[in-house]
Amino acid sequence: MAPGEFTIDDLRNILHEAAGENDAADVDVGTMDTEFVQLGYESLALLETNVRIERKFGIKLDDSTVFDSTTPRALIEAVNARLIEDARDGGSAPSA
Amino acid sequence: MTSRAVVTGIGVVAPNGIGVDDYWSATCGGQSGVRRITRFDPRPYPAKLAGEVPGFSAEEHLPSRLIPQTDRMTQLALVGADHALADAGVHADDVPEFGMGVVTASSCGGFEFGQRELQNLWSMGGQYVSAYQSFAWFYAVNTGQISIRHGMRGPSGVLVSDQAGGLDAVAHACRLVRNGSDLIVSGGVDASLCSWGWVAQLASGRLSVSEQPERAYLPFDAGAAGHVPGEGGAILIVEDPDAARGRGASDVYGEVCGYGATFDPKPGSARNPALRKAIEIALDDAGLTPGEVDVVFADAAAIPELDRVEATAITEVFGARAVPVTAPKTMTGRLASGGAPLDVAAAFLSMRSGVIPPTTNVTLSPEYDIDLVAPGARRASVATAVVLARGFGGFNSAIVLRSVDWNETKERSLNGAR
Repeated sequence: MAPGEFTIDDLRNILHEAAGENDAADVDVGTMDTEFVQLGYESLALLETNVRIERKFGIKLDDSTVFDSTTPRALIEAVNARLIEDARDGGSAPSA
Repeated sequence: MTSRAVVTGIGVVAPNGIGVDDYWSATCGGQSGVRRITRFDPRPYPAKLAGEVPGFSAEEHLPSRLIPQTDRMTQLALVGADHALADAGVHADDVPEFGMGVVTASSCGGFEFGQRELQNLWSMGGQYVSAYQSFAWFYAVNTGQISIRHGMRGPSGVLVSDQAGGLDAVAHACRLVRNGSDLIVSGGVDASLCSWGWVAQLASGRLSVSEQPERAYLPFDAGAAGHVPGEGGAILIVEDPDAARGRGASDVYGEVCGYGATFDPKPGSARNPALRKAIEIALDDAGLTPGEVDVVFADAAAIPELDRVEATAITEVFGARAVPVTAPKTMTGRLASGGAPLDVAAAFLSMRSGVIPPTTNVTLSPEYDIDLVAPGARRASVATAVVLARGFGGFNSAIVLRSVDWNETKERSLNGAR
């Protein structure tokens, strides 16, 4: 997995898989800065989403990421930052 | 009970019918939902039959967001609650959010969900366990999800006393209505037809090992040898009569007018089982004599010793063959916390239709002096019904239900004669 590749499409797919789809708003380029809560995803949905991102991308996110990344843009940036960091460290296995 | 609570809506999710109409026509026609298990492979287990709710697809009824976070029992309960609220004609803004609460019964929580996540834990690791396992398995989860879905923020809770819990929950709903709540969603739905849930039920030693659906669950029969478990139940809308009137409820099924609950003496005690006492307390609470009761819906354990206790209690309270007794659960299996609410629904439907549903497949043992409604349904005028339920470990509950002439009451109310 090359760095900086976690996209809005990845996030939307994983959110749907983890917590289902909302009838109203969805995660896309138009809602990048809308709070997850506004989009209908509560903290457990985000916790489940983060665990699935970790599994799929082979990374370990900080516990604070789930609570601090309150919008799709913030979460995507946090994930990409971790992907870049891991690549710089030599693409080693995710830290436990 | 000083001031009464009325039941204004019923939602049924039963092995022999989803929705009041399908369930009732199947039940009066003696149509059973008991069959060989399909939800998991029953071959390794001694008991192989269950009452499964067939053809239920949660995705057809519920928003996508609710699917990953709910066990099957919760999906069934949410659909039951939708039906019950629609049946009662309750709309979102009819009742203040803090005037509505939810009190359901549960016997074991979301076993199927829990089994899947435990399998993930031990085969793949903690990272593969759903975050929703934190509540999806929980006893109170049906109550919580119904409350969230419908914005009901009043007093809520869950009662856990196996089969008796279904009546205990309805009685607690009535208690909350007496204490000032307008509307409580009550009843119960259970569904643990997965291999983990199955071995837990097998441990009771009370499951029938017959492989013939029509011979497997025979309460009050000389051939009684355990019961068939099932999934499903009923959700009931319990309301304060004045509040129901205020929002314009056009009709009600009837009222809950008495309740009694007792606990059996410890095994080996010389004291008598306490079911009879529960019936007496409930009748006393209702201010009714045994002669005023038109039908008894039995707990119907199909364990000879427990059948004897129940038949004796009924005969001692009501007299020999003095009141019709029935157990339509022979067509669904025992539904744990969902069983008694489904019997409450059936009792109200008997009042409405003038038909007592049958106890199917059973030939009454000469040992019991009860008037069992079997093998077919019976036409009868039913105004007052008693429902009995017992929970594993010694719980006994009895509830008294009575028909209400809603329009008559309305005139009295308008004339200020109440």
